[in-house]
Amino acid sequence: MAKVKGEIVINSERCKGCELCVPVCQQQTIAMSDKLNSKGYHYAMSINDECNGCINCALVCPDGVISVYRVKLKDAAVA
Amino acid sequence: MEEELTRESICQQENLVYSRTPLMTPKALSYCPGCGHGTAHRLIMEVIEEMNLQSQTIGVAPVGCSVLAYDFLDIDMQQAAHGRAPAVATGIKRLLPDKFVFTYQGDGDLAAIGTGETIHACNRGENICIFFVNNGIYGMTGGQMAPTTLPNMKTATSPYGRDVVSMGYPLKITEMIAMLPGTCFVTRQSVHTPANVRKTKKAIQKAVQCQLDKKGLSFVEIVSNCNSGWKMTPLESNKWMEENMFPVFPLGDIKVPKP
Amino acid sequence: MEDIKLMKGNEAIAEGVIRAGCDGYFGYPITPQSEVLEYLMMARTEERTGMVVLQAESEIASIHMVYGGAACGKRVMTSSSSPGISLMQEGISFMAGTELPCLLLNVVRGGPGLGTIQPSQSDYFQAVKGGGHGDYKLIVLAPASVQEMYDFAKLGFDLAFKYRIQVMVLSDGAIGQMMEKVVLDEQIPRQTNEEIIKNHPWATSGKTPDRERNIITSLDLDPVKQEKINIHLQEKFKRITENEVRFETLMCDDVEYLFVAYGSSARVCQKAIQLGREKGLKVGLLRPITLFPFPYDEVAKLAKQVKGILCVEMSAGQMIEDVRLGANGAVKVEHFGRLGGIIPAPDEVLNRMEEIFISKNNYGRGTN
Repeated sequence: MAKVKGEIVINSERCKGCELCVPVCQQQTIAMSDKLNSKGYHYAMSINDECNGCINCALVCPDGVISVYRVKLKDAAVA
Repeated sequence: MEEELTRESICQQENLVYSRTPLMTPKALSYCPGCGHGTAHRLIMEVIEEMNLQSQTIGVAPVGCSVLAYDFLDIDMQQAAHGRAPAVATGIKRLLPDKFVFTYQGDGDLAAIGTGETIHACNRGENICIFFVNNGIYGMTGGQMAPTTLPNMKTATSPYGRDVVSMGYPLKITEMIAMLPGTCFVTRQSVHTPANVRKTKKAIQKAVQCQLDKKGLSFVEIVSNCNSGWKMTPLESNKWMEENMFPVFPLGDIKVPKP
Repeated sequence: MEDIKLMKGNEAIAEGVIRAGCDGYFGYPITPQSEVLEYLMMARTEERTGMVVLQAESEIASIHMVYGGAACGKRVMTSSSSPGISLMQEGISFMAGTELPCLLLNVVRGGPGLGTIQPSQSDYFQAVKGGGHGDYKLIVLAPASVQEMYDFAKLGFDLAFKYRIQVMVLSDGAIGQMMEKVVLDEQIPRQTNEEIIKNHPWATSGKTPDRERNIITSLDLDPVKQEKINIHLQEKFKRITENEVRFETLMCDDVEYLFVAYGSSARVCQKAIQLGREKGLKVGLLRPITLFPFPYDEVAKLAKQVKGILCVEMSAGQMIEDVRLGANGAVKVEHFGRLGGIIPAPDEVLNRMEEIFISKNNYGRGTN
């Protein structure tokens, strides 16, 4: 049972759609958008609430467009 | 309690666990999607930020894809002629020995045109750091053969593959300079997986510390991809790198600093 | 009491840079100028002033070490002789593009190629017209004595920092190797790092929160911006042309036949003038001290006064192009030179002047 909950914020305008973040996410939280950003890239986006804030995606992102947030869950919230 | 778990409540400054270091400028990187240069830049800047060295740092940019590195790194920088970065860094460090001085170079810059400057800076034991990004190809000029191009690898100037009989072998310059007494820490890393990124960052930290401790030259090679030059997707290029580059350029420490 | 020493030209400039507060020398041995590095190593400069002296692995590395030091606002230099200076052209061009001040010394030997180790003046074009790639100029100082080798160390650094330009002392194997007395100055203290930050705010000294980062680069991929950079450089060269011309004249008040020569050739002409005056010939000398900027106006003035100009160079005729530009057709300008490392003799030079301009019936033919 996860004791933490994470969220990612992706600067989709700066994302170049390289997809390196997709396979490193063990929670399958990231997928590529069908839409294009203004540079013409399919940008990465968060698609579920499973993020655990592990920062793997941010570590491999060459353009540093991912910020990661994480909170420890209190017992009540876990329950 | 349910309300605390909204996206907005999590994405608060106090919960931030990772974001781009402010020592990277806001400018968008000029590199191709998925290129390891961006990650390598960021790791160096993270270490400089964490060690509080911004005001002490002078970096030297090469000629190659990272010729514009100074556009992205918020530190004082000099742009060197092709291959001459170790000589430029020598001039800086000799005259400002208390500054943190590093070069950032690619394989063509460091291991072809700048071989002499590289080896002699290493041999003198210049108290600098060299960060060497090796992707086995000339990226900026459009994918020509590099000194580290693998045997039979196709490039714009070895269109039928690198024939080692006429074109020579991939140069393992990192192993070469590890033999020189002037180098104190020589390692080969990569930035294509989260684990490798963490290891590379530790290597960069160690290299910087060696310089602060005046131990001599630290040399961190980062084997990286060039998906454009290799004509693959970023994910394919990282897989190809693991299967083909790493057997020739194995990862790990080649020379560790003496305590 | 004056501090006077008997020194070689190469030693004099080495002592000159130490006393001018030089921070760093990076060089590579080559004849006939190796005494510069040898003298600096012997002088224990690190103990004396804190000046760094390093023998590099090549002239290419030397000039790029100079680049790195100069970009930190330091007073740095290198020295070499002709083949080595050719190797340095890459770095000099980069320093021109980044406007980095430095002092360069070329103790010229005969070329092309390895040529010879004897004195020559065949690198005039390379020094004066740019040398490397791109539209740029160096300030070029031509010493004609050991004292000037010494003096041009400080003058060179002063001009280099005044204009953020590369200053080349264009000497030759004779001036470098000969011994003469030199009057030495007091030691000028080296600049502190704090003074450098204050006086040269462009220098890379480590980015502090009170300023933007300093970047030293000659690259701008936007041609509109690159043109502006080039126009800025040209404006600087124009200011230098207007303000920094230096020359010396000898016996020019009544001169009818003028020698124009610099460096060793000027010394030969000095003796030739003495021989000529003894024969009653009104010969005189214009000695350009700055080869860029060139004293075109003085040449133009004298060209209207004289009956002939002989440009004496230890080359096949390089400075003569500038002399002719200055004379602008007002009078005939001819060349006399010896090649490959030979210094012309004074009577040889005077005879040539007489043959060409004075013995009119024997134009172009020998008289003795």
